[in-house]
Amino acid sequence: MSQADVTMEGHSAAPMVGPIFSIPTKKFAMWLFIIADTMTFAACLVAYGFLRNGATDWPRPFHSITNVAVMTLILLTSSLTMLIGLRAARAGDKTRAFRWTMVTALLGIVFALLHIREWMGLINEGMTMFKNPWGTGLFGASFFSITGLHLTHVLSGVIALLVVGVRYKGGRYNADDIEVLGLYWHFVDLVWMFVVPLVYLLNLSH
Amino acid sequence: MATAEAHKSSGIGKDIVIYICLLALAGVQFLIAYQNISVSQMFTRMLAVACIEAGIAVLFFMHLWSERRAFLLFVIIFTISVLLGMQYGWTDSTRMVVGAPFSKVM
Repeated sequence: MSQADVTMEGHSAAPMVGPIFSIPTKKFAMWLFIIADTMTFAACLVAYGFLRNGATDWPRPFHSITNVAVMTLILLTSSLTMLIGLRAARAGDKTRAFRWTMVTALLGIVFALLHIREWMGLINEGMTMFKNPWGTGLFGASFFSITGLHLTHVLSGVIALLVVGVRYKGGRYNADDIEVLGLYWHFVDLVWMFVVPLVYLLNLSH
Repeated sequence: MATAEAHKSSGIGKDIVIYICLLALAGVQFLIAYQNISVSQMFTRMLAVACIEAGIAVLFFMHLWSERRAFLLFVIIFTISVLLGMQYGWTDSTRMVVGAPFSKVM
């Protein structure tokens, strides 16, 4: 018997079990996903650190921080645009919320393109998953795994932004859905804050 | 209405301040990369800055600070305990560097 049935039968008692931690179920589910995904990224980064610590000839292939600095700027800015979109959605301004959600998606696409351009540069220098001209072949495997996993998250986020944005504008989704998606997008940004120092900045060739 | 507008604009102002803080902290990470220090010192400093960045992002961008304290504690304690649990293998990685063999499994 569902809770609705109990209420319809005339019982006026309050629901016995409310949402856990008094937050909406969708939002709680997203938080649980984020916690689980944190473990995935943490495991990858710890494994990366383990390999880097254990290798004597770890490559330092990055000559410039310009590309990664621009990528960081874009991702951080996209978090801000996501927040602006969420505030507009909360205020009931559908047009503005949709516009800022699309700006966020666009920034995500630019980030992905820069990421792919960087990958192509490394591949053209002779780096593959299993070998590179600078040192241990483990570098390519760990680099492509971690940045690839992050890039997959960004691309998934872009698709989700487009779908949720369009459906929000069409009236099928509401501000709560924008908020849940925003949580995911901020998480992608948060992961990047750890990927940049560990994978890029510690491997700069001075 | 005026109050709502004021609240709305102050909210965005707060977001922009946090955004600038995060940009500044990211800039600090890039500066650390060019310091003339050992890799372990660099790693420690960068990780510390990244943790501060992540904390700010989670508390304010993801609005965890506005949630119920019980939920905030749940997320923080659960995440940190599992992350700490992953650190058990570092001694083995150091043994690889000094060339000590791994213990044999019978």
